[in-house]
Amino acid sequence: MSTVNKAELIKEISGVNPLKCMKCGKCSASCPSFNEMDIKPHQFVSYVVNGDIEALVNSASLTKCLSCFACIERCPRDVKPAKLIDAARQLVIRQKGETMLSPNEIPELLDPETPQQLLVSAFRRYRR
Amino acid sequence: MQRIGVFVCHCGSNIAATVDVKKVVEMVKTEPGVIHAEDYQYMCSEAGQAKIIEAVKEHKLNGLVVCSCSPRMHEATFRKCAERAGINPYMVEIANIREHCSWIHKDMDEATEKAVILARAAIAKVNLNAPLQAGESGVVKRALVIGGGIAGIQTALDIADAGFPVDIVEKEPSIGGRMSQLDKTFPTLDCSACILTPKMVEAAAHPNITIHTYSEVENVSGFVGNFTVEIRKKARSIDMDKCTGCGLCQEKCPMKKTPSEFNRGLGNRSAIYTPFAQAIPNVPVIDRNACLKFKTGKCGICSTVCAAGAIDYTQVDTMVTEKYGAIVVATGFDMIKLDKYDEYAYSQSKDVITSLELERVMNAAGPTKGHLERLSDGKAPKEIVFIQCVGSRCADGRGKGYCSKICCMYTAKHAMLIRDKYPDVNVTVFYIDVRTPGKNFDEFYRRAVENYGVNYVKGQVGKVIPQPDGKLLVQGVDLIDNKQILKEADMVVLAAAIEPNPDVRKIATMLTASIDNDNFLTEAHAKLRPVESPTAGIFLSGVCQGPKDIPETVAQAGAAAVKAIGLLAKDKLMTNPCTAKSDELLCNGCSKCANVCPYGAISYEVKEINDHGIRETRRVAQVNNALCQGCGACTVACPSGAMDLQGFSNRQIIAEVDAICR
Repeated sequence: MSTVNKAELIKEISGVNPLKCMKCGKCSASCPSFNEMDIKPHQFVSYVVNGDIEALVNSASLTKCLSCFACIERCPRDVKPAKLIDAARQLVIRQKGETMLSPNEIPELLDPETPQQLLVSAFRRYRR
Repeated sequence: MQRIGVFVCHCGSNIAATVDVKKVVEMVKTEPGVIHAEDYQYMCSEAGQAKIIEAVKEHKLNGLVVCSCSPRMHEATFRKCAERAGINPYMVEIANIREHCSWIHKDMDEATEKAVILARAAIAKVNLNAPLQAGESGVVKRALVIGGGIAGIQTALDIADAGFPVDIVEKEPSIGGRMSQLDKTFPTLDCSACILTPKMVEAAAHPNITIHTYSEVENVSGFVGNFTVEIRKKARSIDMDKCTGCGLCQEKCPMKKTPSEFNRGLGNRSAIYTPFAQAIPNVPVIDRNACLKFKTGKCGICSTVCAAGAIDYTQVDTMVTEKYGAIVVATGFDMIKLDKYDEYAYSQSKDVITSLELERVMNAAGPTKGHLERLSDGKAPKEIVFIQCVGSRCADGRGKGYCSKICCMYTAKHAMLIRDKYPDVNVTVFYIDVRTPGKNFDEFYRRAVENYGVNYVKGQVGKVIPQPDGKLLVQGVDLIDNKQILKEADMVVLAAAIEPNPDVRKIATMLTASIDNDNFLTEAHAKLRPVESPTAGIFLSGVCQGPKDIPETVAQAGAAAVKAIGLLAKDKLMTNPCTAKSDELLCNGCSKCANVCPYGAISYEVKEINDHGIRETRRVAQVNNALCQGCGACTVACPSGAMDLQGFSNRQIIAEVDAICR
């Protein structure tokens, strides 16, 4: 998959339009894991805009994001960086089978490679 | 049968580059009624108009179609030209082949086809046009200004200086508005009261200005040049003629625990009060919800101490009805409520305040007598954090989508004033963008950074956490250094977004003035008519039209005054003859048209009708041509097809549609 397609896929999965970002940084200001991350929440948005998806999927931020959704809650522009991070995680999973996840497959996928936060995020999201 | 001339304009290359104008001329020549057709480079030029006049004389034309730009641009030009040629101006139709055709198409064949179709529609309409005569209506030489802030005061002064009487209606007990609450003004840092109070005094003393304070507009009827307005003068409980403004009543009033609106609730006032020392008029009002006399019947101290005998507990609201030629809206703004921004702890800590509250804190007449101190414990702050864009530029539904425009400058002002007066206090400003366009504005902001050492950090604050020791932990980000910042502050100041005064919706409805989604009044044209409402005779002054600072407000207030003066200076107004007309034979008197009419132009009459030989007494609709604005709402509401708009009759519209679909 080309870089452009991956960026498009991230936008599609997340439902986020990163161009709405006005670069205020409130996401990074709100983030409890900021110091643990190599790519900061506000940078996630510009990485998607610039199509640098390789860096995102290899980023430690995928596992460091707590999915607390503080950035989603406070983003004044409705950009919601945690959704982009979550989409990048899904991209990692999907790359393995190039398909959507079915709940039955989850136990199999629980290997040490799986970002645990993906599951945390999924549970938090679907519990709502 | 009409004798129609069609004139196709090249508009230089604006039209001719995309539309084959010669072909349009050829194609329309065979249309019914068309006697003559020609093209010219600039139809609106003197030479172009001369060609039209010449053709009218030569071919004895009685109807004109000009294929050119939007009627908004040159309809008036060609109507005047028709008049000069001896044709009724309402026999002219414009086919808009520029904005609606050449500008939006690239393909010449398609654009030419569309231009021909648009011309055909206009020709079909002119075939059914009838000469219309514009009526006349008088102009009441008096203006009303709604709102007594700096915008309203300036507009009133300018109109009054031109020799016309003006009434100001202000709902608060004093004129002065938001500006009276400010401490200093940017970019020159002069004291707000020092420059405002002379204007207030001038307005009060002006022989042409009448000020109604503690009053509200209750009802508006009529139309441009002839509005009738009912004003409710709320019971002040004080005889304004007797009161000397000595202030003894306020001193002796036992009910001193009412939050002061003027001090944004940071201090208290008595139940009988004037909002501030320089209030105009300098006559107090009794807040009947707070007054012991009104609540329990016992007290009456103010009446006892008043040497002038001015206190009158029996006063009731009075209504004033007045006629006006022009109305200026100057209803101003307020700060948004911050209940949706809990992350900044505004409701949790007294030391988190808005910028307008800081104005009161810094002001010598404010709750702290002008000393910069924490409102929780009165201690002097050492570390102050300013947060910009609180509720501005928000697309998330919590705040406002627009930039409030004034916050960058007033925050730079606050930061500078604090650093100047208290050099040991550290000031940090968290910003998203610093927007300081304007004369000497960016220089002002740079002075704050370069000369006063204000620490500007590019990045927003995520949250403010009140600490047990009373400090405020500010968690923000520095996007330039890519670092999260944790800062202990003693005070946090929020640059909250501004919004139009909530009352403006009610007022706009009464005036039938249009309003946008953010409750700002809409101007007639964003660039060319910025101080006029699309509703004739209504003018816009100050922040009610959009965020602006004091210099801009004063400039706009003057512009609104000039427009109002231009109207008041006329003795007669030409009325639009394109008004509704009811066919008595078809009208069944159902009242549907009267119910939808926004101008109250339709009434009913019971009269004898001769319906094809049968004499009957029926209830039929009557349109007052002076009130009708030609909106056409009644024509669509009428179930029997009795209502028609002159100049835009149902037959004419259908003929146009038919011509397009042919």
